[in-house]
Amino acid sequence: MQSTSPHFKQNARDALADDPLQDALAKLAVGFPMRRLEAAARLPEFEGLRDEARDIKTHVLENLDYYLEAYEKKVTESGGHVHWCRDAEEARKTILGICQKAGAKTVTKSKSMISEEIAVNAYLEENGIEPVETDLGEYIIQLRKEPPSHIIAPAIHLSKEQVAETFRNAHLDLAADRSLVEPRALLEEARAKLREKFLGADVGLTGANMLIAETGTNVLVTNEGNADLTNNLPRVHVVIASIEKIVPTLEDASTILRVLARSATGQDISVYTTFCTGPKRAEDLDGPEEYHVVLLDNGRSDMIGSEFHEMLRCIRCGACLNHCPIYKSVGGHAYGWVYSGPMGAVLIPNLIGMEEAQHLPNASTLCGKCESVCPMRIPLPKMLRKWRERQFKAEMGSTTARWALKSWAWLAKRPALYRKAMNIGVAILGQFGGRGRFKSLPLASGWTSKRDLAAPIGDTFISQYHKGARGDQSGALMRKKVHK
Amino acid sequence: MSARDEILGKLKSKLEHANAPNGDNPAALHIQEHHKNLIPKRGDLDKAQRVDLFCQEATRVNATINRLTSMDDVPDQVSAYLREHQLPAKIKIAPHQDLKALDWQQKTSLMVDEGRGAGDDGVSVSMAYGGVAETGTLVMASGPETPTSLNFLPLDHIVVVRADDIAGNYEAVWERIRAKSGPGKLPRTVNWITGPSRTADIEQTLLLGAHGPQRLHILIVDQPAT
Repeated sequence: MQSTSPHFKQNARDALADDPLQDALAKLAVGFPMRRLEAAARLPEFEGLRDEARDIKTHVLENLDYYLEAYEKKVTESGGHVHWCRDAEEARKTILGICQKAGAKTVTKSKSMISEEIAVNAYLEENGIEPVETDLGEYIIQLRKEPPSHIIAPAIHLSKEQVAETFRNAHLDLAADRSLVEPRALLEEARAKLREKFLGADVGLTGANMLIAETGTNVLVTNEGNADLTNNLPRVHVVIASIEKIVPTLEDASTILRVLARSATGQDISVYTTFCTGPKRAEDLDGPEEYHVVLLDNGRSDMIGSEFHEMLRCIRCGACLNHCPIYKSVGGHAYGWVYSGPMGAVLIPNLIGMEEAQHLPNASTLCGKCESVCPMRIPLPKMLRKWRERQFKAEMGSTTARWALKSWAWLAKRPALYRKAMNIGVAILGQFGGRGRFKSLPLASGWTSKRDLAAPIGDTFISQYHKGARGDQSGALMRKKVHK
Repeated sequence: MSARDEILGKLKSKLEHANAPNGDNPAALHIQEHHKNLIPKRGDLDKAQRVDLFCQEATRVNATINRLTSMDDVPDQVSAYLREHQLPAKIKIAPHQDLKALDWQQKTSLMVDEGRGAGDDGVSVSMAYGGVAETGTLVMASGPETPTSLNFLPLDHIVVVRADDIAGNYEAVWERIRAKSGPGKLPRTVNWITGPSRTADIEQTLLLGAHGPQRLHILIVDQPAT
């Protein structure tokens, strides 16, 4: 997919002016974090499970070559096929090849971020095969030809009126005067439409939340059941997954599942957790006759051992999005590519290049909330800083910003001088900020054009400690330390 | 060079362990031993409490439950369920020996069909492999007697599970499946089902019955398998 990441600033401005989006984000900002907190509170072992989940993926990444080979062996033993692909193009061609060999006209799909990453839908369409997204949110955005705006809630940016309009434009065979006011009516219409597709599809294409090396299994997690109709009904099941999705054993998968839904939606577990292993067995009454896994690298092996190695622990729960002040302000589309939020800001430059995605690592306040809620304890703020350092070294960004940063760095490395400069600055600002606020300020219009800047009252924090104005004993203690 | 060799080669060149002799591989050992990780204490209960917890958790996620003391009561219960929801007296059952052995005709006036699921099935009755009290989860395993499509196509899904098969946690069910299938093997499909199908994709409004069943009814039978 073509990225609009270079236009992040304009995208963000547009997003801030988009009322339905802002309504949706306001709802998301309360709902998801609250439900996650409640789920965590119900499970005393939650923090311990996060530690173990992190350790499992750390161990996997250290032994990734071994686990991939072990996994491949098991898939083959169970009658499936593994197709290794270096990049998006190889993966697209492989999937098309499987579909053509199966004589497929229609491919049902259950939600997969990797399939977005390789833009397989457009490619299948170009080659005369109809891909049908079956997750309700994905179906809606497919009809609107939009990318997902959230990992687990892809149509979260739309109002029900927008969905109704989309359905009216797409389902032309239905009565024009039907009522689509209630979400239930929208759901039932989509269910009926997609049921026909499920029953008629030749190939089912799913992602994988995990791949289990012990058994050659792919794990699928949904609430709707669409991944199950996708993998069970068509004659061919194709799984598309990136190489870091591996976990060693069924026990390890269970541990990660205990933190996945709790972090994502605040459910203890999603409604459907499905473990698929190979094609149907000879005596089975249903299931696919062929089972293929398209195992994709697409930049992951370059991340191994790099500063962004730990990003490969990500299980795509979306918790970092739900808690990010930037995501909650601008939504997912502003980021301009498949992923968004803090995980997107770290991952996207790895996958499409630092130049193209240069704004994303800067679109963060580094408040640290993402890391504090990440079930895999990925140090996202640290990695965002790494990107900023790389950009600085590569001389990216505006000359003014670079000059300001360099000057600040020079000053900050000289504490005595820094304090003096601060004292002077604070004194001047205090002098002129008579009413307590600045409505405009030279060099700070970026801030003051949107809001007032509070004027400093009194001295700097450090000066007040020196004077003992900040409390009694603790102030005295602090003074001693500062004087050392 | 094939994509496989290139990807694996790149990983091996970057990962430190790659030169270690195969026998010492910590990963091989990890799979072989498949240690249990931290297991939440909430499922660590005796049988009666375990079944209670299962009911409590499944009810929390919108499943409905009836507890029976004999398999023979299943047809009556299914019949009552259909009447309660004003559904046609027609069901599709899994061709499972425990379900086939029931006297459907004598006890009810239901039309009973058996086999895999079809697009127009309204109500299915299947047999669970087990349950997990921890989250009120049903475990379904595919096989000649238990087609997976019955779990997803009908709008109403009725599942029979034996109280003895309700475990405290997921790991205990994996142990049972491993013992049956052999190490490193699984049935084609294992489904964990926790409540009826749902979506919140339209304005974050929770709606039941997205693609799978809108209602999930569980019959817990406290009678040992014969």
